[in-house]
Amino acid sequence: MRIPLSITDNIQEWLVSMMSESAASYVAMIIVALIYLGIFAIAGLFLVLIERRVAAWFQLRIGPNRVGFQGLLQTMADALKLVSKELTGTDRADKFLYNLAPYFVIISALMALGVMPFTKEFQAFDINIGIFFLIAISSIGVIGILLGGWASNNKFALIGAMRSGVQTISYELSVGLSLLTMILLTGSLQLSEIVEVQKGGWLIVQGHIPAIIAFMIYMIAGTAETNRAPFDMVEAESELGAGFHTEYSGMKFAYFFLAEFINMFLIAAIAATVFFGAWLSPFGITESIPWLGVFWFLAKTLVLVFLMMWFRWTFPRLRVDQLLTLEWKYLLPINLVNIVIMAFIVWQKLIIQI
Amino acid sequence: MGYFSNIFNGIKTLLTGMSITGKYFLNSRKGAITQQYPDNRETLKMFDRFRGEVIMPHDENNEHACTGCQKCEIACPNGTIEIIWDRGIDEETGKKKKKIDQFVYHLSMCTMCGLCIDVCPTDAIEWGQNFENSVYDRTALTRVLNEPESKVRAGIED
Amino acid sequence: MQETTTINNNFKSEEYFINMGPQHPATHGVLRLLLTIDGEIIKKVEPDLGYIHRSIEKMCERDSYQQIVHLTDRMDYLSSHINNEAVCLTVENALQLEIPERVQVIRTIIGELTRIASHCLWWGVMGMDVGALTTYFYGFRDREMINDIFEETCGARLTMNYNVPGGLMWDIHENFVKRVKDFVAHFKTKIPEYDRLLTGNVIFQKRTKGVGILTKEDAISFGVSGPVGRGSGFSCDVRKYHPYSALDKVTFNEALRTEGDTFARYSVRIQEMWESLSIIEQLIDNIPEGEFRVKTNAVIKLPKGEFYQKVETARGELGVYVISTGTKNPYRLKFRSPGFSNLSALSHMATGGKIGDLVATMATLDLVIPDIDR
Ligand code: SF4
Ligand code: SF4
Repeated sequence: MRIPLSITDNIQEWLVSMMSESAASYVAMIIVALIYLGIFAIAGLFLVLIERRVAAWFQLRIGPNRVGFQGLLQTMADALKLVSKELTGTDRADKFLYNLAPYFVIISALMALGVMPFTKEFQAFDINIGIFFLIAISSIGVIGILLGGWASNNKFALIGAMRSGVQTISYELSVGLSLLTMILLTGSLQLSEIVEVQKGGWLIVQGHIPAIIAFMIYMIAGTAETNRAPFDMVEAESELGAGFHTEYSGMKFAYFFLAEFINMFLIAAIAATVFFGAWLSPFGITESIPWLGVFWFLAKTLVLVFLMMWFRWTFPRLRVDQLLTLEWKYLLPINLVNIVIMAFIVWQKLIIQI
Repeated sequence: MGYFSNIFNGIKTLLTGMSITGKYFLNSRKGAITQQYPDNRETLKMFDRFRGEVIMPHDENNEHACTGCQKCEIACPNGTIEIIWDRGIDEETGKKKKKIDQFVYHLSMCTMCGLCIDVCPTDAIEWGQNFENSVYDRTALTRVLNEPESKVRAGIED
Repeated sequence: MQETTTINNNFKSEEYFINMGPQHPATHGVLRLLLTIDGEIIKKVEPDLGYIHRSIEKMCERDSYQQIVHLTDRMDYLSSHINNEAVCLTVENALQLEIPERVQVIRTIIGELTRIASHCLWWGVMGMDVGALTTYFYGFRDREMINDIFEETCGARLTMNYNVPGGLMWDIHENFVKRVKDFVAHFKTKIPEYDRLLTGNVIFQKRTKGVGILTKEDAISFGVSGPVGRGSGFSCDVRKYHPYSALDKVTFNEALRTEGDTFARYSVRIQEMWESLSIIEQLIDNIPEGEFRVKTNAVIKLPKGEFYQKVETARGELGVYVISTGTKNPYRLKFRSPGFSNLSALSHMATGGKIGDLVATMATLDLVIPDIDR
C-alpha cells in the first residue's frame, strides 16, 4: 500500500531504511496525523481568538486582551479551564452515543484537513477525488450533531439536532453543485490539479460571471453548512438556549466548539482552493519562493473566514422555514441554471485566460 | 421579474447592513465603548451626585453635625439606619442634651433612595462616591458612621 | 380502507411540552413560558409568573408616600423615572399642590429621555433575539449617554428616585442642558443607522412582517397599551389623551401603525424615538426658572378618598390607584402595569407560529418581568 504522502518523503525514506515498507508507511501516517492534530488543535484555538477579537471590534469592544500579549493565550487558558471542568450529563441520556457524538464532529472536521493543499509540498493526502472526499467528509459531522442532540435527552437539544439535519441535507446540495460548476472548468476532482489549472488565472477570473455566482452561493451554503449565524438555527441561543450541545460540558463541549471553527476554516479553505488558486500568489509574484505558498493560502483563507465572521456579526438569524425557502426556491434553481451557463461557457471557450 | 428584484433588493439591504458594521470595525481602534476596569481605577471618577453609600463627614476636630434627631431613621424605608443615642450634658448650658452614641448604617439593606439625606436638618450625612462595596463577610457591611470619640460640632441645633 | 387509517395513525404527530424559562435567554428575566409544541409549531403558550414577586403593592401599604416612590423604581426599572412621576402626580393631585413649571418641564424631559433609553435597550435586545448580536452594543452605546446624564443629575443610572412628592430631589446639574443637546444631536445620526442595520435588512423583515398579528379588536379586548397597542392601530397614547406635566405644551405625533404585526410594533418604537427627540428639543431650550420643589409636610397625609393617575411609560399605560383613609399610608395601592396586560396577549399572538416567531413576538412586547410580577 502506497499513499502519496509527499511532505513525508524524507521521513518515509528514513523509516524504510529501518523497517519493512508497509510498516514504514503506517508509522509515517501516524506521525503525519499527530503533526496535523497538533497544528490544527492550536490553529483552531487561535481561530476562536480571532473570532472573539473580530467580534469585539465590530461591537465597539476591545475583546480578550489580558492573558498573554494582546490576549494571545486567552483561548489556551479557556481550553485548560474546560479540560479541568467536570463532565456533566443528563441522567437518562444514552451514555454511549452521548459520549461518542463530540468525536464524530471533531474527527470529521480534522479528517478533511488532510487533503488541503497548503502548498505544492505541504499536502498530506492528494487523492484523485479530493473535492468529492471533502464534501463527503464535511457532512459526516452532522451525524455527530444529530447523535448529540438526540442522545442527551433534552427537548431543546432534540429540536436543535433535527434542525441541523434539515439544514445540512438541504445545503449540502448547494455546496456540491456550486463546486461542481467550478469542476466543469478544471475537469478534475484532484485538488493539486485544480490548483494547477489556475496557473492561467484564478478560477473566479477564468469563469467570470458564473464563477462569481457560484462563489456567492458557495459562501452562503458554506456558512449554512458550518451552522454559523445567520444560519445558526442549530444553536439559536435566543430560541433554544444552546441547541444541540445544551447538555455538554467541559472538553466535550469544547470539541463541538472547536469543530465549528475548524469547519469554518475548512469551508473558507475549500473556497480559497477552488476559486482563488490556493497557494498560488497573485500574478505569480512570488512563484520563485514556493514555501510562501503557505502564506498565500492562509491569507486567502483568513480573508474568507473574516467574511464569514462579518456575516455572523451583522445579520439576524433566519427562521427555520425561511432557511428552506432560501435553499429550495433560490439557491438550488439558480445553481442549476448556473451550471448550464458554465457548461456553455466551457464549451464555447469563453474563459478568460491571463 | 419579481423573483430577481427580490434577490437584488435582498442583497442590497444585506450589503448596507454590512457597511455599517464594517465602518465600526475599521474605526474600532478609536471607538471602544467599554471600560478597562479595574485598570482605570485611578482615572475613574464618579459624578459628585453619585449615590454610592451614605457617609458622615467629620471635620479636622473630629466633629460631625449629627444631633441625633433620628429623622433619618424614621424616613428610611428599609430600617437601614439605627441610631443608638444617649444623653450628655451640654457644657455651656449645663442642660441634658441628646447625642449619638453610634450611628449604625447597614449598607446591605440600603436601596440608595436618598430620603435620609433629604430629610436631615443639619446635613450631617451625605453621599459617598465609593462604588466598590463588595466584601467577603457581610457583617463588614454594617458600619458605624460616626468616628470613635467624635462629637457634635458646637452650635448645631435641629 | 381499514388499513390506511391505521397507517395514518402511526404517523400522527405528537404534541409535547417544553419549558421556556425561568432561565432562558429569550425571556429576559425570570418569566416561565409553558409551550405546547407540535414539532416547531406552537400550539399554546402559558406564561407562568411569580418568580420575582416582591409584593410591592403590600409594601406600599406599610410605607409613607415619600417612601413609596422609591419602590416603583424596582418595578419597570427601564422607565423608573416615569414610574416615580406617576406616584408623585397621584399624591400631588390628591393634595392639590401647585407644581412649578420648571419641575414639570424637567420631569417631561427626563421622562422622554427615559423612554429613549428604554427603546434603545429594547432595540438592541430585539436584534439579539432575532440573532443579530451586534445591535445590542450599538443600542447600549447610545443608552449609555443617557445614563450618564441621569447619573450626573439624579445620582443613579437605573433606580433614580429623582422625583419626590412636590417636585424634584435636587435641581438639575449645570451640565444637564448641554449634555442633553449633545445627545439629541448624536442620536439623530444614530437612528438612521439603526434603520440601515436592522430595519431594512431583508432577513429581519422576513422574520417580522406578518408575524405575531394582533388585530385592533383583540388589542382592545386584551387591554394592551403602549407601542403594542399602537402597532395594532389602537390609538392609546396617554400623553395625547390625558397629558400630564408639561406634555400639553408640546406638539408631537402619536406613532401609529395598523398592520398589527411584529414589524409594526417595531416601527412604532423607532418612530417614538423620533417623537421623543422632538419633544425634548421643544423643551430643552426654555426650561423656566423657578423653584425645583415645593414644600410639603414632613408627613404627607392624603385626604380620604380614591385617586387614580395614569402615565405613559415606555411600555404603555401605567396606572396608580390609591385608596386613602386619611392616614399617612395608603389603605390600598394598586398599580396597573402595562407589561402584565401586554403579556396576556402573547399566547394569542404566538399560537400557530414557529418558535422563532414566538421569540420575535416576545421581543416586540418589550417585557420587563419585574413590572409584570410586582
Ligand atoms: S443624620 Fe441628620 S437626620 Fe439623622 S439623626 Fe443625625 S441630624 Fe438627625
Ligand atoms: S438611602 Fe434610603 S435606604 Fe439608604 S439609608 Fe438612606 S433612607 Fe435608608
